[in-house]
Amino acid sequence: MSSTASTQTGQNAQRLTLVEAIQDGLYTEMSQDDSVVVLGEDVGKNGGVFRATDQLYEEFGEDRVIDTPLAEAGIIGASIGLAQTGMKPVPEMQFMGFMYPAFDQIVSHAARLRSRSQGQYSVPMVIRAPYGGGIRAPEHHSESKEAFFVHEPGLKVVSPSTPYDAKGLLAASIHDPDPVIFLEPKLIYRAFREDVPTKPYEVSLSEAAVRREGSDISVYTWGAMTRPALIAAENLSQSHGIEVEVIDLRTLSPLDVATITDSFKKTGRAAIVHEAPKTGGLGAEIATTIQEEALVHQEAPIKRIAGFDAPMPLHSLEDYYLPQAVRIQDGIRETVDF
Amino acid sequence: MNMKNEAGSKDVPAAVREDSDLVQVLDAEGNVLPQASVPDISDRQLLELYETIKFARHFDQRAISFQRQGRLATYAPMTGQEGSQVATSLALAEQDWLFPTYREHAAKYAHGMDLASLFEPLRGYREGYAIPDDVNVMPEYIPIATQVPQAMGMAWGHKLQGKTDTAVLCHLGDGATSEGDFHEGLNFAGVFDVPAVFVCNNNQWAISVPRERQTASETIAEKAQAYGIDGVRVDGLDPLAVYKVASAALEKARNPGPGELRPTLIESVQYRFGAHTTADDPSVYRDESEEEAWRDRDPVDRIETYLYNEGILDSDLESEIQDSIEQEVSEAIETAEQTETSPDNIVEHVYEDVPARLEEQRDELNRLREKYDDGAFSEVLE
Repeated sequence: MSSTASTQTGQNAQRLTLVEAIQDGLYTEMSQDDSVVVLGEDVGKNGGVFRATDQLYEEFGEDRVIDTPLAEAGIIGASIGLAQTGMKPVPEMQFMGFMYPAFDQIVSHAARLRSRSQGQYSVPMVIRAPYGGGIRAPEHHSESKEAFFVHEPGLKVVSPSTPYDAKGLLAASIHDPDPVIFLEPKLIYRAFREDVPTKPYEVSLSEAAVRREGSDISVYTWGAMTRPALIAAENLSQSHGIEVEVIDLRTLSPLDVATITDSFKKTGRAAIVHEAPKTGGLGAEIATTIQEEALVHQEAPIKRIAGFDAPMPLHSLEDYYLPQAVRIQDGIRETVDF
Repeated sequence: MNMKNEAGSKDVPAAVREDSDLVQVLDAEGNVLPQASVPDISDRQLLELYETIKFARHFDQRAISFQRQGRLATYAPMTGQEGSQVATSLALAEQDWLFPTYREHAAKYAHGMDLASLFEPLRGYREGYAIPDDVNVMPEYIPIATQVPQAMGMAWGHKLQGKTDTAVLCHLGDGATSEGDFHEGLNFAGVFDVPAVFVCNNNQWAISVPRERQTASETIAEKAQAYGIDGVRVDGLDPLAVYKVASAALEKARNPGPGELRPTLIESVQYRFGAHTTADDPSVYRDESEEEAWRDRDPVDRIETYLYNEGILDSDLESEIQDSIEQEVSEAIETAEQTETSPDNIVEHVYEDVPARLEEQRDELNRLREKYDDGAFSEVLE
């Protein structure tokens, strides 16, 4: 189906990387619905700086895969207007670190046009943005500021951690009637492949995924940090017999509170792993939600394993900044041994 | 100030050919154009201009090569743009301020930045961002156009405080002219008549998007009119023309004549010969033939020919200069490669004093480093 996905495992699935699954998801949705348009900087002829829109320009033409002037506020403001005409814009912010000029359009307007018009108008659009560190990128290219958007009512915030989810969550986001911030963990854009169905499918925006079952502690994470969390869980199972339940939130706003609290009620312990700065990060929200909903089940302080309250350093130090398996393991042990 | 160009020549890039108001001093080969006036600078200054441009070309080649060897991270090449970068910086007075983008390596060097410090951030060391007290350069700007209102503000501050001998020169790209910050900054500059010179390095491409898709204006210089400031268009591959235009604009910023405006928008018409960065492949979005037409106007060749014609340069001096440049760049790389850092740097300089909670985070990291040693942190996250 998709012109880039060549590794066939059978009739119904392809072995895709996460970024290929996003490309395939865009291809699938654009094929099904003429109103879906992609716009942004370098998304057209260049196929996106990470190739997420590769071949779409050739396939759908310059009226549906649109290279815009270099102007984030313009791209999002224009998308809000496009959406009022019945089109479904999927704007790309080239890096999350360059999203701030569009912040006003996103939070003052995209997020609240529905409430400002008392339901008369809405903004069905999906703002895609690569985010996060670990790829030796220059300054401002490694931002992980999902909390800014989670804090804004009216937005949905999504971050996939697998190719399968990337395609399914993207489809659900495009079909969603409200604006979605779709954060793509660029560290794992090409880290691994998995089977991704060629047919259209959705992954619900209301469900977290239990990536690994366990009884001793719940680890909540998302995006690129899901993998070191799973590695830490395996290591601890083998070395210390600690069984970690790993919850991949997938949708960061609204949170799947039921899955979060159900897991905690089972384990009584929690650690939250995110690469964003610790203070005011989503970890604080999750910890408080657990306290509100399941305090009586708590057996140890809730641990946050996060980035520093400091700008992401240049690449010589980014491995110390990002939560690695060793930090996650240590934090889990501290909590379990409390 | 405006010179006739070589309109009609089919080998001249359209961006140069189509505009009769383009300031030029040298023709494509480096000969002085018939009606052109050469800027009034000494032979020594001309040689400095030449040496710094040659240096920039060599720096660029070495940086790209080191990136390919994995010794530097993502690098933004400047080949084709060195002449304009160096000429604008050499037009600055020592007290003037420079606002560079991520591509103005040569402009920073020419205004006093230490060479090794240009390499260090490319090797992942924030230490290279340190700016000496006596160098009036702001840190490189990576988010697009964000420097424009800031440069305006600094120029405004100088004016409000009566520092009329100091001008501010702010670089930006053609893509930056699409951002809101560009328009807001230039609008303020006009309203408050500040001593600032904005140099738009119109290299024809914002990554893969051509100049024609940034603006429907015929030129970028003409945008100045909307803000009530002066706009001038110069051949950015002609270092003498750029020097002349930048010097005049800076002088006007400091000492405007009766009825003259302090701010100027210079559109320096040039070409990015290489990729946007080492992570980019221009063959996906543009034809090689386009590049060839611009190659014929290479700023290094043009200034070289001019200096040979004037008898200021000969082959002995040329190779002497080249040798010294190569040695200087090699030494800078060696210095940069000896840079060491500590994870403590993560928490330093975030605030003047490290807050207690951030100190706790550092202590926690150091506790883990002792317990598991540093190797445990370099495991690939994937």
